Amino acid sequence: MSVQVDIEKKLGSFHLRVKFEAGDEVLALLGASGCGKSMTLKCIAGIVKPDRGRIVVDDEVLFDSEKNINLSPQVRHTGLMFQNYALFPNMNVLENIRAGTRRERKTESNATREARVKKVMETFGLLSLARHLPSQLSGGQQQRTALARILVSRPSILLLDEPFSALDSHLRFRLEQEVREVMEEFGKSVILVSHNRDEVYRLSDKIAVMDNGRIVTCGDKKDVFHNPRTRHAAILTGYKNISKYRMLPDGRIEATDWGLTLESSQKTSKEGYIGIRMHGISDGEGQEGNVFLFNVLEELENPFSFTIMLQPDGKTDTRPLGWELTKEEWHRLRAPKVKVLLSDEELLILDH
Amino acid sequence: MDLYPLWNSLRIAGISTVIIFFIGIFSAYYIAKAPRFVKGVLDVILTLPLVLPPTVVGYILLRLLGPRRPIGAWFLEYFDIRLTMTWWSSIFATTVVIFPLMYRTARGAFEAFDETLAYSGKSIGLSNTYIFWRIRMPYCRQGILAGTVLAFARALGEYGATSMISGYTPGHTATISTTVYQLWRTNNDALATKWVLINIAISSVVLLAVNMLERRTQENVAAKTMKEA
Repeated sequence: MSVQVDIEKKLGSFHLRVKFEAGDEVLALLGASGCGKSMTLKCIAGIVKPDRGRIVVDDEVLFDSEKNINLSPQVRHTGLMFQNYALFPNMNVLENIRAGTRRERKTESNATREARVKKVMETFGLLSLARHLPSQLSGGQQQRTALARILVSRPSILLLDEPFSALDSHLRFRLEQEVREVMEEFGKSVILVSHNRDEVYRLSDKIAVMDNGRIVTCGDKKDVFHNPRTRHAAILTGYKNISKYRMLPDGRIEATDWGLTLESSQKTSKEGYIGIRMHGISDGEGQEGNVFLFNVLEELENPFSFTIMLQPDGKTDTRPLGWELTKEEWHRLRAPKVKVLLSDEELLILDH
Repeated sequence: MDLYPLWNSLRIAGISTVIIFFIGIFSAYYIAKAPRFVKGVLDVILTLPLVLPPTVVGYILLRLLGPRRPIGAWFLEYFDIRLTMTWWSSIFATTVVIFPLMYRTARGAFEAFDETLAYSGKSIGLSNTYIFWRIRMPYCRQGILAGTVLAFARALGEYGATSMISGYTPGHTATISTTVYQLWRTNNDALATKWVLINIAISSVVLLAVNMLERRTQENVAAKTMKEA
């Protein structure tokens, strides 16, 4: 494994305790803000010192509390990129990138270092911007400069902290492709921190869902999205409808927040949480199983779809369910009361 | 008109500003990083000279540096140097009085520094010294410059502590402020007015410089906030 992290850090009432491993792949730390994902990156980069534990990257021990090893950030070779890109504002693009080669100023000739700078600037299409200050660059150009500065410093791991959150949404998609290429070219471990599930799904191989300083679910991305295993992971991977449930004596499930009684062939506990994605709900006309009549509380129009807020007919104080469907479909089905299906395959049943 | 007081005031203010530039910046840098409690205590102690009456500062300095007092006596015995009543004795007074101005403005500037710049710098291998002089200082340049100019202006106007520790000897320890007092005492209004005008002119130029620096700092802060938003 090219990266192994097992650390603990107490900070006031917050307790970070993470353990994970990754090979030469993209591992995403997915979590809400304040869950400790950025702190984890800072621990790996050596900016925050864990109270206890061990960090190994590429067979090099960066931190080991038992053996009293704590390498300085300067010699760790961890390419850390912040969401604001942290370009030095008083230096132009060329000087910013050149700073990334200073580590070798005693071991390499100036000409060699300059050649490296020039090469990476060429790769990132930054040659024409060499004399620009960071304040004169667009968000995308800033990101490219930051990546170039990191890659020229020869990192053995990339740590990307919310790399797209400072960008306008129309830029994100294009820059995601660029970053994906960079990560493929890099070929070593990348840890990507994000709270955006779509981004994480598109860019990573493996996902670790974090909540309150801990990793609650970790695994292959498809697996994590298909089976989030915990309520928190379910919310972060896009389950918008979540209710508490308890099992009834007859084997059926009562979703207490929704005010519905459902049937499922899945393995269930006495109680837990049940969830369904907004587009996991479907038209119930002519269907069998968990088909219910709902009142339409609200129609929310999105650019390419509708979100319909539903409440079981005859109930008033239950938590509404959101149903997302295409505009054409809703135009066909539109009515004050609708029959919908919560099919067993779409239901996610969680112990906690 | 003997211009000695002008020259003397300028060199005292100049030398104490250079000294306080370094001491102020380094204490600001380390205290900005200190834990909250330590910071609170040190802040009170280090800001005290700003609010204490200058005569109190002068009194304390005389108690320490006077020829029969602990530090003063030691210097007299081992180096045969009198620490009081020379032109450079005033430097003790001005450095103490202007220290809080430099320290507080520099600390404000350091606290506004975006720490992620330092973190990124470290992770690409830049030394702490390089980060301090090439990234942190340029970033905080305007705040620090404003503090320096303000400290210089205050040093130029120092009277209370200065007159106590250096006294007034024409052509020797006389500064603009002690000269004005002396001229007023001896009813020499014509000359006193000249010195007053000189003083007002210098102070106005200095304040103008501070204002220009502060405006640029605000513009920088505004630009930064806009970029982050």
